[in-house]
Amino acid sequence: MTNPLNPETPDAELVRLAKAGELDAFEALTNRYEQRVYGLAIRMLRQEQDAEDVTQQTFLSVLENLEGFRGEASFSTWVLRIASHAALKIIRKRKGLNTVSLEEATEPSDTLDSIPHPEFIADWRQSPEHLVDRNEVRRLLDEALTRLDEKHRLVFLLRDVEGLSIQETAAALDLSEGNVKVRLLRARLQLREELTRVLGDPARQLIRSHHHHE
Amino acid sequence: MKCKELLAMLNEYVDGTVDPAVCAEFEKHMAGCNPCQVVVDNIRKTITLYKDGQPYAMPIQFREKMHDVLRKKWKEKFSAK
Repeated sequence: MTNPLNPETPDAELVRLAKAGELDAFEALTNRYEQRVYGLAIRMLRQEQDAEDVTQQTFLSVLENLEGFRGEASFSTWVLRIASHAALKIIRKRKGLNTVSLEEATEPSDTLDSIPHPEFIADWRQSPEHLVDRNEVRRLLDEALTRLDEKHRLVFLLRDVEGLSIQETAAALDLSEGNVKVRLLRARLQLREELTRVLGDPARQLIRSHHHHE
Repeated sequence: MKCKELLAMLNEYVDGTVDPAVCAEFEKHMAGCNPCQVVVDNIRKTITLYKDGQPYAMPIQFREKMHDVLRKKWKEKFSAK
């Protein structure tokens, strides 16, 4: 029999082996997702110790609840959902809102009608491939992310950074899909605005002719 | 389609989940509206930058500690059965 624990072994097979008591399979799953969980946690919480706590709690919870995982969602989505819940708990505790959901009952500001229009519109001077490895760009991305409202940031992280679907993001954060969509749009537009003010070419700034298009 | 309507459909367009009929309208608007074209391009690049950004590296000492904790828990769980 060939060793089933290689990088191509599908998650579902590792899950099956782990459920059967194979520690190696569980460790392989942990190795596969610990960086993503830690990365998500530190971006959500912006604090190393809390991110470590969330990461450890997440895999302990995976260990405890593996039998109950029936593969309706992918393993990665399941793990990221556990991690988001653990991180949300810390966020709520920080705010002293232990029992309050992230979803505010009425939120008049989060409707499509109130989405702010883009202001600074210009082509970027460089392509993302040229920008991505530069330290000052990393800093810019982090700062822009920090300035987002928390509720917008969490949605952006799960959907655009972690690549969850709208539906999966909604499930991970206990939000409605409609709410996820509006928050995602706000996050994307605000980040675009901030990044373009720095990375856009002022010589090629476009002024929107309001009378024409609105 | 007006700029405002385009803005409301931006997610679906960028994610490729927009209805084909709406997509055609979206593209017709963009063909005649340079600012909207640039905004869409800016948004795509913004998402790419965040997606391709380097992940935060997990501290190695923490990683070892966590694996120890997990192995211990694993053994408790499976020896109890």
